[in-house]
Amino acid sequence: MNAIPEALNALPLIGILFQFLGYVAANVTFMSQTTVAVAVPVALAALCGAVCERSGVVNIGLEGIMLTAAFVGWLAGVFAVGMLGHGDPLPVFGITPPLLIGLAAAIGIGMLVSLLHAWLSISARVDQIIGGTIINIGAVGITGYLYSLVANQSLNGAGSFKALAVPKEVADFPLIGWLLNAVLAQGPIGILTIFLVIFLQIMLFRSRWGLRTRAAGEHPRAAETVGIDVIRLRYFNVVMAGALAALAGAWLSMEHGNRFDANMTAGRGFIGLAAMIVGRWTPLGAFGAALLFASATALSASLTISPPSGDLGNLTNQVPGEFWEALPYIITIVVLAGLIGRSIAPAADGVPYERESAT
Amino acid sequence: MTQDASATQPPALEMRGITKRYPGVVANDHIDLDVRRGEIHALLGENGAGKTTLMNVLYGLARPDEGRILLDGEPVEIAGPSDAIARGISMVHQHFMLIPVLSVAENVILGSETMSNRVFVDRAEASRRIGALAKSFGFALDPDAKVATLSVGQQQRVEILKALYRDARILVLDEPTAVLTPQETEEIFTLLRRLAADGRSIIFISHKLYEVLDIADRITVIRRGKVIGERRPRETTEKELAELMVGREVELTVDRGISHPGEPMLRVEGLRVADYRRHEAVSGATFEIRAGEILGVAGVAGNGQDELIEAIIGLRRSAGGHVILDGRDVTGFSPRRMNEAGTGYVPGDRHRFGLILAFPLYDNLVLTSYYRPPFAHWIVRDDKAILDSARAQVDRFDIRTPGVNVITSTLSGGNQQKVIVAREFDRSLKLLVLDQPTRGLDVGSIEFIHRQIIAKRDAGTAVLLVSAELDEVMEMSDRIAVMYRGRMVAEMDGRTADKSEVGLYMATGGREPATTEEGATP
Repeated sequence: MNAIPEALNALPLIGILFQFLGYVAANVTFMSQTTVAVAVPVALAALCGAVCERSGVVNIGLEGIMLTAAFVGWLAGVFAVGMLGHGDPLPVFGITPPLLIGLAAAIGIGMLVSLLHAWLSISARVDQIIGGTIINIGAVGITGYLYSLVANQSLNGAGSFKALAVPKEVADFPLIGWLLNAVLAQGPIGILTIFLVIFLQIMLFRSRWGLRTRAAGEHPRAAETVGIDVIRLRYFNVVMAGALAALAGAWLSMEHGNRFDANMTAGRGFIGLAAMIVGRWTPLGAFGAALLFASATALSASLTISPPSGDLGNLTNQVPGEFWEALPYIITIVVLAGLIGRSIAPAADGVPYERESAT
Repeated sequence: MTQDASATQPPALEMRGITKRYPGVVANDHIDLDVRRGEIHALLGENGAGKTTLMNVLYGLARPDEGRILLDGEPVEIAGPSDAIARGISMVHQHFMLIPVLSVAENVILGSETMSNRVFVDRAEASRRIGALAKSFGFALDPDAKVATLSVGQQQRVEILKALYRDARILVLDEPTAVLTPQETEEIFTLLRRLAADGRSIIFISHKLYEVLDIADRITVIRRGKVIGERRPRETTEKELAELMVGREVELTVDRGISHPGEPMLRVEGLRVADYRRHEAVSGATFEIRAGEILGVAGVAGNGQDELIEAIIGLRRSAGGHVILDGRDVTGFSPRRMNEAGTGYVPGDRHRFGLILAFPLYDNLVLTSYYRPPFAHWIVRDDKAILDSARAQVDRFDIRTPGVNVITSTLSGGNQQKVIVAREFDRSLKLLVLDQPTRGLDVGSIEFIHRQIIAKRDAGTAVLLVSAELDEVMEMSDRIAVMYRGRMVAEMDGRTADKSEVGLYMATGGREPATTEEGATP
């Protein structure tokens, strides 16, 4: 009997929903572009995690690798500017020699720190969670300390890479213009990330390297008995994956911003690991999950910059801003909790491989 | 090949003076072995005799401390599995070296991939080649099927395909029949004979005497890392081989005697249990064991035996049905309550579930009773009572150890199992649940444990014995039930049961189509 009056109560909710969809449609260009941008470091971290874990090494140290790379890249840029000056930026991406030097330094240090993690977990057979935690804590402490030494000198960094200027005809292309714009209006690391997602997806499931990597992560002894050098393969993967995490760090200090802040990664490495799990250890899936997490950030940014009007505006105004900032983390927790037990890790993930059994 | 040719040709494989030492043990002590072309050469020895170490040396998985290896008369250095594969040596490991989440074709080509260029694997071509190869040996295998979906027998064929794909000239099989049904064993023997007739050399590792006598052209017996003797099947007997292997006279089968079953002790009615993936692993199992009776459950591993045992013992929640022990409904009892209700349990994996390896012997002996008198008074342990009881059990169960405070992991497998047997058997029991109680043990320990089981039965305990080793079920059981896809599909008398009939039920669940059974189940 009460069904109809109760159904009527839902009407304002439906109204709000339509207002919300209208708001998203009106701001789709900004939100989609922001989503892709915010997803870049998370996706890179997820790729790093996937390349490591598919071969059987858990790498929670990637947060620390990102932070170290962000700092060293920025600092190398400072030195390079001091020695070479800024130089003329190229028309594409605003590339300058100091920026390239900073990027190279970031990748170099990322691979080096990753090599440390590889040694700890593959050769020294330290518990991989503890090894990664050592790297994370060490990275926060060391970069924070070194930065505090130079923080008050108002140093001149190498600046940042610029986003690609998307021609108006492309951005206004009917129906998919916003999508093309979102993908293309990124800096070099952002666009490289999209290529890397596709490249690694193909490599992991079609190439010899991918087959051997998956074998080493599932059953290393089986891989060893058909002549695969599991130890060398794992070293290779972890060090290469370090470059991916380093790109994420470089994005923070040289593409998204042009400075370093203490602990500026703010858990993006861990969200990347969550994206990897949600994406079932596949590059495409991880990228999808990174986009999902990033869309929450983009939404909160959009609500701040251009607040909606009407009923929707009244509603969003009542929600404290901190809620929107926390939203990506909340979504991460909810999605992960829903997936627990259904997303299955490589069987030998995190298990050190011992070449010769003692019996 | 004629006898003359094989006499003049150098052997396909010679191992000379192979010595391999591990801390505290000499696993291989100057072992000599030669294998001719087209020969099936059996390597016979107890667990821990050094067979597997010797083969690991051959396959480059272990570096020998002394000795050399010659292939077709040429000395070679084998530094790793890739060296061995390149020289035509392949190995089918006892624990399959397969990756469950990959396809058959991917597993076969792994390490020697069929490539479309320098980077990418040609999966279509690999699939086609593996399919053709499988067909040429009469294997019904879908190259694109995931290995996880295959039966144990099919998985072994994938292992053999790996060797054939690499065109192995010397093929080592480590205990290949341990997990097979008798029919599958016969099929693999036919295949091995065919491969040998092709001119390949086969090294067949086993501790099953009748199989070795059936398949081998020559038999080399190893004991404690040394070659004890070499025989031809025609010139020897099971008894002689057993004595060479063990070093003393042994009784090959324990006389189970005559059982005097009493009242029904355990009744399981329509038990349904889900596995960890929430698939139904036990679908309405119904059976009964009487006091003083051993019910042996045969079945290929993975047909619901683990889940059945875990549900009875209280380690896993059942989804339906009842477990009735001595007239009392004990369904859903916790393991401790089951234990207190008079149940003993020997788990299948003693390292993971039966023992805490890092604990001293005396603690492991009271794992199920440490909390109650005489071993504890309120919350205080009575160390003296625990130690006294441990010393008495070490004597009574012939546990070979320097003392009761030795860390359990330092004992041999047979003595570790005796610790579990002492803990679980040493009181009056209504029900004894045994999951592969002699897996991986030496002949002497098997004999001892089998005697203890018979003694428990004769004292009026209902015994549930589950084993993937069909021989053990055949030897020990008063009644035999066969478990197939979560059901008891057949039941027969233990004394008159025919091994190949049991095997047939294990492999197919019986000739009756499954639909009639389902119709009969309410």
